[in-house]
Amino acid sequence: MLHSNIADQTYMTPGNMSCPGCGGGIAMNLALKALGEKTILVIPACCWAIIAGPYPQSGLKVPILHTVFASAAVTAGGVRAGLDMKGDTETTVVAWAGDGGTFDIGIQSLSGSAERNEDIIFVCYDNEAYMNTGVQRSSSTPYGTKTTTTPGTGWKKTRKKNMMDIMAAHRIPYAATANIAYPDDLVKKFQKAKAMKGGTRFIHVYATCPTGWGIPSEYSVKIARLATQTNIFPLFEVENGTDYTLNTKGNRPAEDYLNIQGRFKHLAGKDLKQIQEDVDRDFELLIKKVGH
Amino acid sequence: MKQVIEGSHAISEAARLARVKVIAGYPITPQTHIIEALSEYCEDGRMDAKFIPVESEHSAMASVVGAASTGVRTFTATSSHGLALMHELLHWAAASRLPIVMGEVNRAMGPGWNIWTDQTDSLAQRDTGWIQLYCEDAQEALDTTILAYRLAELVNLPVMVIIDAFFVSHTYEPVIVPEQSEVDRFLPAYKPKFEIDTNNPFALNQMAPPAIYMEMRRSVQLAMEKTLEIYNRIEDEFEDVFGRRYGGMETIRCDDADIIIVTSGSATSTCRLAVDELRKQGEKVGILKIKMFRPFPAADLAAALSDVQKVAVVDRNFSFGAGGIFTQEIKSALCNCAKRPDVFGYIAGLGGRDITTDTFKDIYFSTKNMTAPKIDSQWVGINEELL
Ligand SMILES: Cc1ncc(C[n+]2csc(CCOP(=O)(O)OP(=O)(O)O)c2C)c(N)n1
Ligand SMILES: [Mg+2]
Repeated sequence: MLHSNIADQTYMTPGNMSCPGCGGGIAMNLALKALGEKTILVIPACCWAIIAGPYPQSGLKVPILHTVFASAAVTAGGVRAGLDMKGDTETTVVAWAGDGGTFDIGIQSLSGSAERNEDIIFVCYDNEAYMNTGVQRSSSTPYGTKTTTTPGTGWKKTRKKNMMDIMAAHRIPYAATANIAYPDDLVKKFQKAKAMKGGTRFIHVYATCPTGWGIPSEYSVKIARLATQTNIFPLFEVENGTDYTLNTKGNRPAEDYLNIQGRFKHLAGKDLKQIQEDVDRDFELLIKKVGH
Repeated sequence: MKQVIEGSHAISEAARLARVKVIAGYPITPQTHIIEALSEYCEDGRMDAKFIPVESEHSAMASVVGAASTGVRTFTATSSHGLALMHELLHWAAASRLPIVMGEVNRAMGPGWNIWTDQTDSLAQRDTGWIQLYCEDAQEALDTTILAYRLAELVNLPVMVIIDAFFVSHTYEPVIVPEQSEVDRFLPAYKPKFEIDTNNPFALNQMAPPAIYMEMRRSVQLAMEKTLEIYNRIEDEFEDVFGRRYGGMETIRCDDADIIIVTSGSATSTCRLAVDELRKQGEKVGILKIKMFRPFPAADLAAALSDVQKVAVVDRNFSFGAGGIFTQEIKSALCNCAKRPDVFGYIAGLGGRDITTDTFKDIYFSTKNMTAPKIDSQWVGINEELL
């Protein structure tokens, strides 16, 4: 018997422009099922600015306001302010940005909006690089990754920025990680975020990119699941910046995740060992924050 | 009621009277007083509006773009580096067809840091699709801001209301601050032509392929082309209610003039005095004050200037590698006229350097004494030893 909190109603049309296996597409489909029709999306430059479709069509059945790359959060905050002045407190305003629009160019406006505790949900669908422009590194790109701007032996030597720590440090009411391979958990978190109306809520969604990662599209969900099973992308929630809840505990080696992706193919045994140590240390730190 | 207030606050008062609903603000000298007053009005209930103290000017414009997309009246203000930081969003706001009104205080761009007046900041944004209205004094700034909302909402383009740093922004002047009821009569409640609405979902500002992009840009231009006529019409209504009008440009003592000096902003007031004195000495000189720079009132300007022998354009701005920006635009407005004056370009008062009545007199006599204009703009008052 199937127990699912996922609505049948869908707000994403089949005719959108995502690549086969696009994790960002799966994320949007699930998120909108949780958020419902009274949702306004604000989308900066990113793959989703294209996936949603060109004028005059739209691949989504909710309104979209496209904005510039750096400004997802603050544009959403402006929409919120306008709706509030019109007396519409029901509609949920969601900024939907890639990792570039969150970790890099969008971080100033996100930090500003979070510090002002603007009443929005900010979603980062994280495919760990600038995919729209052809797989360039971002500060979300993990150690060891080959991208078009970290090519050859110049693969990325610095670690992925810890965005959840940064958001938690803003003491916002809610921050959570979610993963397209865990749809019930993802939907629950979006529903919870929606219900916690009143301040800034941040959801960091793991979103596979077969095109950019050198993986077969049918592995999209499998690899996403491995990210959590290896503790590379643990699922957890942070309330008010300090109250941590861990939702999953992985037990598989990082290699299971790394070895099947083209972007990590070049890594030697010592690099894999380094990554495993980093993953273990990060997970220990997370467990400490959870406190039980 | 007549009050003695700063030019900055004349703009704040106008935004209050326009019943703006969302204001985003970020401080920068010499603009800061505009948004400080507005944040106070939002706090103490004099305005029913939300003030968002954003973390940058880029975000200020993004924030009002978001708010205006929901169909409410919005306002922000900036200056110089703040305006430059907004550049990307200026394009975004205009092509979104959002009737945002912004106060802009002309201040020099660094380096070196210079907080004094200079028009290069706003003129560098001339291609973004914003209507630009340059004001001479505080009363004009207040009136123009109120008028700007009518104009913006009729043509669906954003409007920049521009004043000079300090000479207007920080100078206390007697200003007639109208009653709310009078402003309501002139500026009715805002009825947006479109707004984001979950009951009628569509995408705004989405990808526009080559097959449609040009038409979108053309439609912005078509709105620009109607702007002057609509501006003139709403100035009639403004005059009915308030008894004042300014025009997209103003001609002063031009009827029998042999030489017309073209000015903008607060330097115009100085020029009025200089021309009075020159007239007393028997010189046949007039002034053409440009208020509307975008859209550029090229036809009216050509009509006003084509009969005169010489035109001296005073630019408090500069485009490196070219010349004074008003001069360029005026030359291009005149170039297809059968009969046209010689155009002499002068650069004066950059970075807040004084433009005095003597500056204008020097410019006048230099123009009178030269037989033909130089190709390059002439820099007035340059200390050659410092170069
Ligand atoms: C100011 C600015 N700089 C650069 C770009 C080009 N650009 C568009 S999308 C993009 C990358 C987006 O990356 P991310 O946010 O991770 O989203 P993804 O495409 O990976 O989904 C870049 C660099 C832009 N549109 N605007
Ligand atoms: Mg990305």
